[in-house]
Amino acid sequence: MRHVIIIGSGPAGFTAATYAARANLSPLVVASSVEVGGELMNTTEVENFPGFPEAIQGPELMAKMQEQAEKFGAEILYDDVVELSVDGPVKRVKLGSGAEHEAAAIIYATGSAYRKLGLPGEERLSGHGVSWCATCDGFFFRDRVIAVVGGGDSAMEEATFLTRFASKVYVIHRKDTLRASKIMQERAFANPKIEFIWNAEVADILGDEAVSGVVLRDTTDGTTRELPLEGLFVAIGNDPRTHLVHDKLELTSEGTIWVDGRSSRTSVPGVFAAGDVIDPTYRQAATAAGSGTVAALDAEHYLAALDDAGAPEEDVAQIDGLPEADPVSVG
Amino acid sequence: MTAKATTSSTWEQDVLNAEGPVLVDFWAEWCGPCRMVAPVLDEIQSEHPDKITILKLNVDENPDLAMKYQITSIPAMKVFQGGEVKTTIIGAKPKFALEKDLAAFIG
Repeated sequence: MRHVIIIGSGPAGFTAATYAARANLSPLVVASSVEVGGELMNTTEVENFPGFPEAIQGPELMAKMQEQAEKFGAEILYDDVVELSVDGPVKRVKLGSGAEHEAAAIIYATGSAYRKLGLPGEERLSGHGVSWCATCDGFFFRDRVIAVVGGGDSAMEEATFLTRFASKVYVIHRKDTLRASKIMQERAFANPKIEFIWNAEVADILGDEAVSGVVLRDTTDGTTRELPLEGLFVAIGNDPRTHLVHDKLELTSEGTIWVDGRSSRTSVPGVFAAGDVIDPTYRQAATAAGSGTVAALDAEHYLAALDDAGAPEEDVAQIDGLPEADPVSVG
Repeated sequence: MTAKATTSSTWEQDVLNAEGPVLVDFWAEWCGPCRMVAPVLDEIQSEHPDKITILKLNVDENPDLAMKYQITSIPAMKVFQGGEVKTTIIGAKPKFALEKDLAAFIG
């Protein structure tokens, strides 16, 4: 049995892994099989992560975080959790490969998934003009007219990136102001290929074999009109990935995992959560890294307390060499 | 046994005239999810060498085929049989999910 299993490999998961490894907890990181590194793997320049004034590519930043965690002894598994059991002192994790692992503590850092528009044409035309990944798919829209839906930093970044390929990029936003940071807004406003369509939402996606346009609904007066397009990039936000735990851990009204105050403690002892999956508000690489730090320190504290209590449960007694509680590092 | 590469010039022979089912992975160097799914496809190929042939097509080097098959999102995995597309899978998926999608061919 392990001390701690970390589920997730974004900034929260890998930072938790670095801290847990340095605390001699020999963490096992279940990093996923095809989404290792998480959301930043599909971004280009990351300009706001501290320590990189010249910006760093998202995938490179994640490779460095992984390298740092591995350097201190974190073990990385390229597999996916399909089932999680958190009742009692021994937590069990079942993987896509069929393998099972046990640990005294779990750090749950699965991040968030792209939010969908929820329109009938969306699934059908996904891969035929509807996309969630500008860096993957922008290349196919050379000299085409496309649109990005959304008003946050991701939408601005995607729109700006897509102007490398597309002849024109509309940004469709349901309000008349953006949520995006000022610097990202200004960059998009200054780009001659980008045109903003304010107070509009996508009511329908048109096209049989491929996207041919959208129906826009004006959010102020409800009138609709058609806009011809060949591509639609959806960047309307993210939803926390809680499908493995939604009936096991308490959630908030916003759908994130509930944690106790500023800690990472969930409603189940021994289960800690970090990053986007607990954060309905900030969702930054830097805040996720901080959140992963909190979770590792909380887990360390929990494990040390188990050890101090003499590990009454037989399963827990199998854990060898737990580190001493360190009140300074968790205080 | 890993997935081999195919190109526009070998397409007819490798894919359209192939006897059994052929999965073509449309990919590119700059596509992160493509790099992630590549080893998964290699694994599936080594486990089912007699049931399916898995080939990789670089869309940068073979834009004609990417256009012909209307690829707008990668990785795109298309299973050809008798020269026709039987199944299309869009996006990187874990092995167990791909195995499910390909059950008709490798099951």
